[in-house]
Amino acid sequence: MTGLTLDLLCMQMLTGIALGSIYALLALGLCLIFGMLTVVNFAHGAFFMVGAFLGVFFLGLTGNFWFSLLLVPLITGVMGLFTERFLVRPMYGRGIDYPLLLTFGLSYVLIELTRIIFGIEGMPSITPAGLTGSVNVGFGYFPKYRLFLILATAVIILCIWLFIQKTRYGLIIKAGSRDQEILKVLGVDIAKVWLIVFAVGTAIAGLSGILASPTRSVNPEMGIPILAESFVVTVVGGMGSPVGAVVAGLLVGIVYSMTSLFAPELAELSIFVLMAVVLIIRPQGLFGKAGLMG
Amino acid sequence: MKPSPSTLANITNALARHRVLSVAIALMILPFVMPYEALAINILVFGLFAMGFNLLFGYMGMLSFGHGAFLGMGGYLTGISMVHFSLPWGVAILIGVLGAALGGLVMGFLAIRTRGIYFSMVTLALGQIIYYIFYKAESLTGGENGLRGVKVEAFSVFGFTVDFLNPVTKYYFIFLFVLAAIWFISRILNSPLGAVMEAIRENEKRAAACGFNVARTKLLVFILSAGICGLAGSLRALHLSIVPIDSLHYLQSGQAVMMSILGGMGTFFGPFIGAAVMLYLEDVITSFTTHWMLVVGLIFMFFVLFFPQGIWGSILHKLPLSKNSK
Repeated sequence: MTGLTLDLLCMQMLTGIALGSIYALLALGLCLIFGMLTVVNFAHGAFFMVGAFLGVFFLGLTGNFWFSLLLVPLITGVMGLFTERFLVRPMYGRGIDYPLLLTFGLSYVLIELTRIIFGIEGMPSITPAGLTGSVNVGFGYFPKYRLFLILATAVIILCIWLFIQKTRYGLIIKAGSRDQEILKVLGVDIAKVWLIVFAVGTAIAGLSGILASPTRSVNPEMGIPILAESFVVTVVGGMGSPVGAVVAGLLVGIVYSMTSLFAPELAELSIFVLMAVVLIIRPQGLFGKAGLMG
Repeated sequence: MKPSPSTLANITNALARHRVLSVAIALMILPFVMPYEALAINILVFGLFAMGFNLLFGYMGMLSFGHGAFLGMGGYLTGISMVHFSLPWGVAILIGVLGAALGGLVMGFLAIRTRGIYFSMVTLALGQIIYYIFYKAESLTGGENGLRGVKVEAFSVFGFTVDFLNPVTKYYFIFLFVLAAIWFISRILNSPLGAVMEAIRENEKRAAACGFNVARTKLLVFILSAGICGLAGSLRALHLSIVPIDSLHYLQSGQAVMMSILGGMGTFFGPFIGAAVMLYLEDVITSFTTHWMLVVGLIFMFFVLFFPQGIWGSILHKLPLSKNSK
């Protein structure tokens, strides 16, 4: 293969990490919700899509990316609050499949509502001012926005980690994903914790939507393949493991990006093959505990 | 005069005792009830698809989100055999069914290592593998445009001429295959295997403790269910004379899920009723709005929230019935 240099490999690696950042965020959102509520949010891709649409909309309206970056997760978070309170909560104690089915229905509704409000064509994505163009990273010129994406994801993940490890709420969340009965006995209002965790999960989905919007086409169907891909990440990383979500997210991003360098037509396939291999070798995922779901 | 509850119960009991016969009679008159035959054929095909899916979901409690892959595989393998290899339709259907069952073997082998929600996520992702494989194999499958030109020439059998250009003939031709498959499903459910399946659904550990091989039963039912969905796909290919690429997608799997829930999961007639109601509503509603997806999403959420037993399941629930009539 001519033209394959170390520089090119490094560039592709960095592209993979940028893509993987989005996967990591999405899987982290899924993982937080699952760890606490044992619910898999099938509308996660739809919340991602809503986040991207709102992001582009507010960016066009106000011209201020940073403002949108704050506002969008707030909105999808509030949507998550309502979803948990009025749709998911009546499902508790009814069998593990029902919240999944319900959120699957919700994704249909969110997609069609987006089509009604913003049209079926989608929106042109805007790269925020100041983050356009490329920057020299030593081995070539890399899009400035993708670099920002990687840094922003690192900061967000660090914040989530600090929140879980260092705050009282984080302690409750950690305890809650192990034994909710004891938590109730200790006088914690578990229903409120569920509400907040679900909202945090959907806020992260919306945030990854707005962060990803400049790097891909924004249309009402964009969340559909993303849902499958974030499931791949969750299975590879291990259900309910935040570390697994982040590591597998980056891994899946890198595998995708590297395959598209060597065999572009196999890129989509490669990450699913990775998942199949993990399922054979370690059905519980790289960082998952055996017996949790497997 | 309003029939008393016991008369109703007698009727449903009779339906349950002769369930294949009941389906046969209902489906014989279906094309005369529907506004046009193509819709009736869609109901046949998707009814079978939902029933095949329900074998795994309703009777084993395994919620697969990958069954679209089997519908698509059945369709594509049948279509490819006919378009590229000029094989007769009978052989092509067989290839479609066996191919889908083989796909079920591979996918089931991987997926049954997980359970619960994890199983749903894994089947969804594994189904997408098959989607991308067929999507990329453009020379065989037509890629994004789907496979075109799956045509069944007119032929005669026992003095009858079967011409697919006549929708009524096409309906009854496909009906025979669907009926045979429904008989097969009924036979499975009445067999000892059917009893083991329900035992596993109710309590997997206890079934294992009773000496049943849980993993092998799960795999077997997964394969059977995949084969039945493959047959639905094959018939759909003959009906439409094209195979759309979307038939492999996980949203197609979601359609089987929705139909089963709407009609009543784990009931014999439920999925078929769900398919009929959903396709009929789609036909009516899309005639005055393009936002069918919103309507179906809302209907589905409503049923999950308030009528999780579905239409047929709720009817059965209201009636005093003998145990085996579900």
